[in-house]
Amino acid sequence: MSSAVATPPAPAGTPLTKKILTADHPTWCPGCGDFAVLASFYRVLEKLQYPHEKIVTFAGIGCSSRFPYFVNTHGGHFIHGRALPFAAGISLGNDELHVFVFGGDGDGFSIGGNHLTHTARKNVRLTYVIMDNSVYGLTKKQTSPTSPIGFKSKTDPWGAIDQPINPMRTLLNSGATFVARSHATQVNHMTEMMLRAARHDGFSVVEILSECVEFFEGAFDAAVPRKGGTWTLIDEKKNDHSPEDAQRHDPTDEVAAFKLAGQAWPGAFGVFYENKSRATKNALEADLIRKAKERTKGAADLALLQSTFAKMR
Amino acid sequence: MVSPNTPETPGGTERSSVAPRSIKDVVIRLAGNSQDGIQAVGGFLARLAGRSEQDVMTYMTIPSTISGGPSIFQVRMGTGDILSAGDRADMLVAFYQHSYDAHVSSLRPGGVLLYDSDHVKPVEEDRRFTSVACPITSATVEALGGTAKDKGKNMFVLGLIARIFDLDVAKLTTLIRERFAGKNEDIVRNALLGFDAGYAWPQNNLRDLFYRFEAIDQAVARSGRPQITLDGNSAIAYGFIAAGVRYGAGYPITPWSSIMETLRTELPKYGGIFVQCEDEIASISTALGFSYTGSVAITGSAGPGLSLKMEALSWATMAEMPIVVVNVQRGGPSTGMPTNVEQSDLMQAIYGSHGDTPRVVLAPKNVEDCFYTAMEAVRIAREYSTPVLLLTDQGLSSRIEAFDEPDLPKLMIDAKVDRSERSADFKPYPLDRVTRHAPAGSRIASGKYPTVTGLEHDELGHPTGSPKLHAQMNAKRREKIKALAATLPAPEHSGEAEGDVLLVTWGSNWGPGREALARVQAAGIKGGHMHIRHVHPLPNGLEAVFARYRRIVVAELNDEGVYGFGQLALMLRARLANPAIVSVCKTDGLTFKVSELVAGIARHIGHAALLESVGTARPSPLAAR
Ligand SMILES: Cc1ncc(C[n+]2csc(CCOP(=O)(O)OP(=O)(O)O)c2C)c(N)n1
Ligand code: SF4
Ligand SMILES: [Mg+2]
Repeated sequence: MSSAVATPPAPAGTPLTKKILTADHPTWCPGCGDFAVLASFYRVLEKLQYPHEKIVTFAGIGCSSRFPYFVNTHGGHFIHGRALPFAAGISLGNDELHVFVFGGDGDGFSIGGNHLTHTARKNVRLTYVIMDNSVYGLTKKQTSPTSPIGFKSKTDPWGAIDQPINPMRTLLNSGATFVARSHATQVNHMTEMMLRAARHDGFSVVEILSECVEFFEGAFDAAVPRKGGTWTLIDEKKNDHSPEDAQRHDPTDEVAAFKLAGQAWPGAFGVFYENKSRATKNALEADLIRKAKERTKGAADLALLQSTFAKMR
Repeated sequence: MVSPNTPETPGGTERSSVAPRSIKDVVIRLAGNSQDGIQAVGGFLARLAGRSEQDVMTYMTIPSTISGGPSIFQVRMGTGDILSAGDRADMLVAFYQHSYDAHVSSLRPGGVLLYDSDHVKPVEEDRRFTSVACPITSATVEALGGTAKDKGKNMFVLGLIARIFDLDVAKLTTLIRERFAGKNEDIVRNALLGFDAGYAWPQNNLRDLFYRFEAIDQAVARSGRPQITLDGNSAIAYGFIAAGVRYGAGYPITPWSSIMETLRTELPKYGGIFVQCEDEIASISTALGFSYTGSVAITGSAGPGLSLKMEALSWATMAEMPIVVVNVQRGGPSTGMPTNVEQSDLMQAIYGSHGDTPRVVLAPKNVEDCFYTAMEAVRIAREYSTPVLLLTDQGLSSRIEAFDEPDLPKLMIDAKVDRSERSADFKPYPLDRVTRHAPAGSRIASGKYPTVTGLEHDELGHPTGSPKLHAQMNAKRREKIKALAATLPAPEHSGEAEGDVLLVTWGSNWGPGREALARVQAAGIKGGHMHIRHVHPLPNGLEAVFARYRRIVVAELNDEGVYGFGQLALMLRARLANPAIVSVCKTDGLTFKVSELVAGIARHIGHAALLESVGTARPSPLAAR
């Protein structure tokens, strides 16, 4: 519940620190990967130093979706799977806000799958962080759309039989203009990915493999070196005309991104895709408004409605 | 239309010997196919009537098939209050045999049957009507020359009608020019050629068909503002704009779509945005996101889409987020009768979500009221931080009425978003006050930023499992709706203040209800009519009014259900525990005819003579003397 720590109000212009940004104490199980995501997010906000009141943290439903209670910014906790369309309303309703959405694999890829596709293709300016634990955590261990075949859950006691989705391919296909992947054990990498996502002008999404120690222990060990796994970073093109550079990944190359997404588990981590040229819905709508105002010569609201009614006489 | 018209055509001179007969109002039904431009004729007549200080009401059916197929447009026009579309037609214009076959039964005895003799063969021995044969198709082709084919038949018919009812040709010509303004000059010319040809069409038996509307009763109070002519869905859209709504989201469905189409095209002029979403869930979610940024947003749909919005509506109640949700009701359940009218979503509007979700439901009574109810819905949502449902219906959505232009300088709301800094004691969910959210973007002096939430919460928005807080917060959400109820005006109540029967209506049944009361009273029965716009919460004080009548007859367009009562009747019985409340229900997909209401009342109060009078068809005022 309430952190109830009386922090003196920060006057405008006070730098945002983790202390200021901390709200309720997280209700997650000890050892849950989501703690690290939260810690990285504080660091991201510390680096960005947006005006405090202009940051919005939103979520759907799930363990991971509890996030907004733990971040002291404007924010909210909506219904399961629908945080993205809500956040689209926030972003389009006030273009000055910095909108962050957090949620789980079930929230994002299952019940909210269609919203993900459409918010992404419209390129609404916001940052979406999917904390993928390949299981339904909050509801205590059912198969999720990213659970691997063979995963024993309460709904598949003999092991999951349905083909899981490939999150990176799904995200690339959705039309998202910034797609990255990270791992909750890699705090620096996570921070960098979220930071780049936040700075991206458009719909940016980061999938973070975040272990549920309660219901799917060791799910992502294959990418954790100290557990014998391999941590493969995407080597991004530097455009230095060196011979090595030809081999590096060009994040603007969609086909190359799909290729990376097809790699065998645990695959690579980093920025798969980045498209800086597609206009955001925010900009396109602003343009419609500008053109409409040009046509009406910026008439005041009252005059506009009066002239519309005059045509109905 | 009261201004006498100088005939411009040679045909007109034949008239000099005949004096027009004075009539109060007339119901004209045009029946053809949807590509015939019948609605355009209806639109011209409606707007002409609007410009002539007359009340006008139209009735339109759109076939469920997407294009082609039968279509009708019915206009009732005349002087004084026109309350309903009219049970039966005084004049039928039949373009095809199928139009004749399907609609001749709607013509009152003594009415005028005008048919296209190129396509229609009426039953010869049927002498109930004045039949006028006119080769509409060939006469139009001849007038316009070959290239236009039979496009323009509608304008030809408009000319005929203008002649018969002595309409103002100058005003009609202006309307035609305005309508086609910006189009190819050929189109304007063809339209006028068609109109003139119809107006001048020489035919002997047309000569006796010559009517003029009574001069307006100067005693009828008018605002002095000009009349505007529009349909119910447009009235809602512009009502929202006047109320300061600048954001919304939706997904297409008949008959709601035209509201979102209007807002999508209009809002950018006002600096706003309307988003077409991937589905109805996304639509209400996006609208709630807009509201969260500080200005009340809207969404809407018809019944099937409302079903999808219900989970988010519960969130809106819990999070106390203002929003207005329109439901343009159509025939259900499921896809049901998508282009027909019904009022079967009342219980869904009031109770259709999980959990205890006290919220507000308003229902406009006519097209003009669509405008004012939309404004009121936004005001209530804003003042009480609550979802408000606006329940209109398919009948109102496309019906065109003329009414006094709203007094915009007085009414228009400038809804500024309040992003001022909130004081250090700011609480998103105070127990003792109505919630006033601090929209994202506003500083909070305490440095503690609020979370809006669907979890039960304490005053600061922190999740709570406290049974005590849940009970307190439920009470808070309930009491604010009760507080609203206490401010609501008494419903419109006409006729006798006590007596044998009180007819109660809601939504678009207002007009037929008013006319039914007049017929009941004319039969010597003591009766009253009450119309309820605030269907939830109900206004206080209904007990006392209801107690003064022997029978309370609640008329609504839904099924009588398992318990034998319509949905509002069920609510009223639950609220007032008055066993005198009974129902008149129907679900034939059409609006109430006045005669159906009168018959229902007659049955409930056991009045044989009144019931019998309903059966005898009244002759048309157009009947030859
Ligand atoms: C409409 C609806 N259906 C089902 C639920 C129950 N539910 C809550 S969270 C959840 C799944 C959570 O999984 P995920 O999104 O992966 O989040 P995690 O808990 O794993 O972080 C489900 C099924 C709900 N709250 N609402
Ligand atoms: S159940 Fe799993 S996901 Fe949820 S808090 Fe516990 S460890 Fe984290
Ligand atoms: Mg999960």
